[in-house]
Amino acid sequence: MFLTPALVIYGAFMAYPLISSLTYSVFDWDGLLRRGFVGLQNFVTVLTRWPYHERFFNALGHNAVFFGLTFLIQTTLGLFVAVLLARKLRGFAFFQASYFLPHTLSLVVVGFLWRMLLNPNWGALPQALRRLGLGDWVQPWLGQSDTALVSVILVNAWAWLGFPILVYVAAIQAIPREFEEAAVVDGAGGWQLFRHVTFPLLLPSLAMVTILTFIWDFNAFELVFVMQGPSGAPAYATDLLATFFYRTAFGDPTTGGEPGQIGIAAAIGVLMLLIIGVASAFGVRFMTRSQTEY
Amino acid sequence: MLGAGAGQSAWRRVVVYVVLGLLAVVFLFPIVLMVLTAFKTTPEIFRNPFGLPQEWTTQGFRTAWSRASFGLYLRNSLLITGSSAVLLLLTAAPAAYALARYTFRLRGVLFLFFLAGIMIPIRLGILPLYILMRDLGLIDTPFALILTYTASGMPMSVFLLSVFFRNLPRELEDAARIDGAGEQGIFWRIMLPLVRPGLATVVIVNVVPWWNDFFFPLLFLPSKTWRTIPLGMQIFFGQHLIDWSLVFSGMLLASLPLLIIYVLMSRQFIAGLTAGAVKG
Repeated sequence: MFLTPALVIYGAFMAYPLISSLTYSVFDWDGLLRRGFVGLQNFVTVLTRWPYHERFFNALGHNAVFFGLTFLIQTTLGLFVAVLLARKLRGFAFFQASYFLPHTLSLVVVGFLWRMLLNPNWGALPQALRRLGLGDWVQPWLGQSDTALVSVILVNAWAWLGFPILVYVAAIQAIPREFEEAAVVDGAGGWQLFRHVTFPLLLPSLAMVTILTFIWDFNAFELVFVMQGPSGAPAYATDLLATFFYRTAFGDPTTGGEPGQIGIAAAIGVLMLLIIGVASAFGVRFMTRSQTEY
Repeated sequence: MLGAGAGQSAWRRVVVYVVLGLLAVVFLFPIVLMVLTAFKTTPEIFRNPFGLPQEWTTQGFRTAWSRASFGLYLRNSLLITGSSAVLLLLTAAPAAYALARYTFRLRGVLFLFFLAGIMIPIRLGILPLYILMRDLGLIDTPFALILTYTASGMPMSVFLLSVFFRNLPRELEDAARIDGAGEQGIFWRIMLPLVRPGLATVVIVNVVPWWNDFFFPLLFLPSKTWRTIPLGMQIFFGQHLIDWSLVFSGMLLASLPLLIIYVLMSRQFIAGLTAGAVKG
């Protein structure tokens, strides 16, 4: 009786849709009407037939770069900053709060804000560069295919980085002081202390944040939609699995592109689910194995 | 972490503050710029991008409020986020309580069933969910979002709250039972008030992503009546991108509610979010 309302809502609006998207992918669809059973045909289409396979692997590569670069930033810069912050010196609460501030903004606002700030003519960043005599550096970063994806990833990192920092700081502060003191008594310097005491004890938190980052980055949608449009302008250079999925399922209102293809979209969704599922399973295994009781 | 020597550590401290300060500029400056720019006229934004506004204007805000129907979107966002939070607490708390304090046959299975959803983003079920909402006639109503948000928040909330309930002492329950209280009474009047910190964490963890969500409103709210702030702003910005003053004012209006709450209670925010993450 205590359980029924939760089970009904969770079952009907989360478990059921997730499970039945598996079955959607093995049927032929005419708009929103289901036709015959087609086995793995939709998957074959996504993975081998033009233009789907080209778009799919293009987007998959972008998601991989998205995750890779974000992971690199948060485990180098993010972890470094967290180690500094964990010492609880005066004013550190302010720093921590300010790093997290962008995380509270909607990605719609983040996207538009940076679109304005990066505007080659009137944006704040190009204007600042010009005033510093670095006008040659100014480029239409969001409009060129070789800089657009990295720019979007950096904007995302700006909005996201506060979260990993927060978790790492909490994890470092949870390490009992005696461990560090014992290491120092044994003659360990700053780097050795980090390498042999702090870092191994942080591994579970690192793994957890990495799993969350992976899931999030392989679902990323808003920032590209808002900054680069539903087809990942310029010329699919910032297209992601989620934007590709969105266009395939619901059609592309801006370019009047291909109409909704539910079966094929469902196949893309199942592939995304597989990627995320396999990666998180590996991550969770690593996390539980690196856990230490203390 | 301990510094090496006394002389060295003073130097180190300076370096640490410089590094952290520079980073704070990177994170804060764009937001400060957004606030200042919102009070400038469009020509001044182009002429004077960094300084304080020479003449403070609220024209952008007034236009955004009247022409972008910001008031309507604000009401919708408040209503949808608020109802989702209430519905989530009313359903997740009893479920977590039952899973944490009673022993029954299917307990393990049910707990795993809820837990399984923690790692899976509900977005991946969007196609069946969309068709379900359409068949229920909920497209273009706030209920489509409220039900989706409540369902997606369920796994994490049930998990978090069950941890809180499990840590309550057994004697409380036994004493109440001896006094003749029924199971419902024990839960609502004795146990639930004791996990208030847990309820607050659940609200904080969920409300921020709901308030900022763009994906589900984009699909579930095709007409204007129930549009939330992020969707309303995205559509409005897209149409008025040349009017910089208007767009910056709109961005500030859209961000203000959460910014204010965050500045006022960043400590609880940070504590709540790390609790959610570290326990997940």
